[in-house]
Amino acid sequence: MTDLLLAARNVTKQFPGVLANDDVSVELRPGRILALLGENGAGKSTLVNVLFGMYRPDGGEIIIKDEVVDLQGPDDAISRGIGMVHQHFQLVPPMRVVENIVLGAEPAKRGLVDLDEARARVIELSERYGLEIDPDALVEDLPVGMQQRVEILKALYRNADVLILDEPTGVLTPQEADHLLGVLRGLTKTGVGIVFITHKLREVLAIADDIVVLRGGRVVGTTTPDQATESGLAEMMVGRSVVLRVEKAVAQPGDVVLQVDNLKVNDNRGHVAVDGVNLKVRAGEILGVAGVEGNGQRELVEAITGLRHTLTGEITISGKSLANSSTRQVAQTGVGHIPEDREKHGIIAVYSLAENSVLNRYYREPFSTRGIMHREAIHEHAEAVIDEFDVRTPNVTVAASSLSGGNKQKLIVGREFSEDIELLVAAQPTRGIDIGAIEFVHRRIIEQRDKGTAVLLVSAELDEILGLADRIAVLYDGKLMDVLDANVANRERVGLLMAGITD
Amino acid sequence: MKPRQRQLLWIAAAVIIALAWGFYSANGPQTTAVLAGTVRAATLLALGAMCGMIGERSGIVNIGIEGQFLMSAFFAFTVTSITGSLFMGALAGIATGLTMGWLLAAMAVGLKVDQIIAGTVLNIAALGLTSFFYDRSRSLGVSKYTNIDLGPLADLPLVGTVFFSRPPITYLTMALLVIVHVALFRSVWGMRTRAIGEHPGAADTVGIDVLRLRYLNVTLAGGFAGLGGSYLALEAVGTFSRAMSGGRGFLALAVMIFGRRTPFGAYAAALFFGFTTALQNQFQLNSTFDIPPQFVGMLPFVVTIVVVALSGLMGSMRDPAALGQTYEKG
Repeated sequence: MTDLLLAARNVTKQFPGVLANDDVSVELRPGRILALLGENGAGKSTLVNVLFGMYRPDGGEIIIKDEVVDLQGPDDAISRGIGMVHQHFQLVPPMRVVENIVLGAEPAKRGLVDLDEARARVIELSERYGLEIDPDALVEDLPVGMQQRVEILKALYRNADVLILDEPTGVLTPQEADHLLGVLRGLTKTGVGIVFITHKLREVLAIADDIVVLRGGRVVGTTTPDQATESGLAEMMVGRSVVLRVEKAVAQPGDVVLQVDNLKVNDNRGHVAVDGVNLKVRAGEILGVAGVEGNGQRELVEAITGLRHTLTGEITISGKSLANSSTRQVAQTGVGHIPEDREKHGIIAVYSLAENSVLNRYYREPFSTRGIMHREAIHEHAEAVIDEFDVRTPNVTVAASSLSGGNKQKLIVGREFSEDIELLVAAQPTRGIDIGAIEFVHRRIIEQRDKGTAVLLVSAELDEILGLADRIAVLYDGKLMDVLDANVANRERVGLLMAGITD
Repeated sequence: MKPRQRQLLWIAAAVIIALAWGFYSANGPQTTAVLAGTVRAATLLALGAMCGMIGERSGIVNIGIEGQFLMSAFFAFTVTSITGSLFMGALAGIATGLTMGWLLAAMAVGLKVDQIIAGTVLNIAALGLTSFFYDRSRSLGVSKYTNIDLGPLADLPLVGTVFFSRPPITYLTMALLVIVHVALFRSVWGMRTRAIGEHPGAADTVGIDVLRLRYLNVTLAGGFAGLGGSYLALEAVGTFSRAMSGGRGFLALAVMIFGRRTPFGAYAAALFFGFTTALQNQFQLNSTFDIPPQFVGMLPFVVTIVVVALSGLMGSMRDPAALGQTYEKG
């Protein structure tokens, strides 16, 4: 019996300009679950990439099964029994489950894949570990929870006795997440060790045997669930005390600002993504849209903001019918948009911070006259935005790409809020940003609401929805399952709706 | 394939057979000539389509098939003319195709050049070099590949002449269609090839060397176009002439797309396009209709545009997800 399954000893990894891992040591023993907790940029991903052979450490050593190793690459790690379930699934969508599982290590007879043998082995594995799956289903037809199961089976098929899971619950409903935690617990009984990366405190306390907290590339704490509390862990992660709950007054809803009637929208593949949705958002309230990602949220937001063509239905904003209008028409109606993918739709990375601060109205006075832009006015505006919204930058002429995720997001929020808006569409507004920036963005959204703005908040983080929204709409498979008042909504109820279950 | 599509295919096949038989009864020699011409034209398109599909299944667009055809035809012709051996010429054609494939791989995979530009380089280079070095006074010296009768099969009416009395590269192409089908959809190589065309990142994380496999496949695919060049110079025409590939490398891409990047689908599409070419030849030969030859000559290309546009409208044709993208590790 091996004592240490996997360990990092004093691992240091330097990237240009950042010390991503600074003297990090962690240990994983058979049958145990190690949770790596930390904010974005704390060094969790770097550490597991070092452990998985994707990066070579600049200092320190890696131990696999009591043996110091020098990993040459992921295949080296795989052959030593390390399996990784990536945050973005590494599956080939149009191929079958069984093909995905055996890919790269196919049972073969004279160069031809022996699919019967492969299928038998997959079925055997899925029965042994209680991970039920249809080996002949196409991966693209499976819900995300099932796809994740394929990823886990893929690792087990390669005889992994260490499983590294990178933010595995981000794409699951609360019930699916609980189920996954149960599956992982079961796996440890067979001696498998698990490294679990997350930023969700509740999960850590629910499942981990050991907890390691990272901040700024260093280990700042090692603890166990019985000694730790949520607020204690949060404080370790951030380095100061944090408010986990958002303070807000009772909403004072006014007139309907956004009204969506019987909206139907296709996704990029031409399938119906939003299927007959009816919504109303009033001035001074936050309507939260909950749901597992990929259930039509993106298409709904894009249809409302003018980025996507609608098939049928009406979108009315402040009394104006705006279905299939241009984004500019929508924006000029008084709509602010915090887009889901800030790199793609929020900023133009190569443009300066100043230029990015006027992307929604560079063509208007005082920023332009007859097609000529006024640099002074733009810079002044940008200065005001970075001041008010606490964007950390040396000056306003640097490229937006040089900002951190949180600062990019603050810039976007600042741009969208620096003019009076009647409707705010915020899609995943705190994705991938640090807790400090999250608090800031949340506070600003509440402030907007209190100023009388109608807010449509779309988020895959159920905690964010539960914390901010006054009413909660749940999308499942493009359909609106129900709209709940915040005071009657809880994880359980919303979670069931997210899975498409109504009672 | 869905049952409904399968059903449609059977109906289409039945209609085609009935029509062919009807025409054969009415006018035997001309029907035979058109259908034999169909198979002749389809061979080159099928080879080009296989070249294209092996590349595209791995995620690399090859619009240089035209150039690969032309260059290979040139070397096949020249080597046969020097050695007096058709076989040596055919081998030279294949070797040229492999070299051209390797060049494309070096640019598109190795140097990460835009794939469309890399393919264009091949086309321009082939046209320029072969035109420059082509020696008009040179001739093949021997007669081109002749038909081989496959025993009693060749004596069957119509199909005997059309399918079983053909020259060697045509038979080889038919065999290759089966081999490529099995390789793509049954073999370890094929599974990995399809994986790197759809999701190279996934393939990478299970230890498949994406760049190496793409390099290999694009080079290998060049061999198919090389065989096409040999076919063109040594079997179809029996000489070399300037720009003799005449756009068929591009037509082969249309055939590949229409055939959904499967060998049999591509062959069916190639037969269809071949039929338009053969029909065009018949029209030109016997002046039943008073249409200017230029317009008749347009037929295959007009059909290409119409068919590709129509099949686009019908939808349900999905490109490999990573097609045309360079892969960066990480």
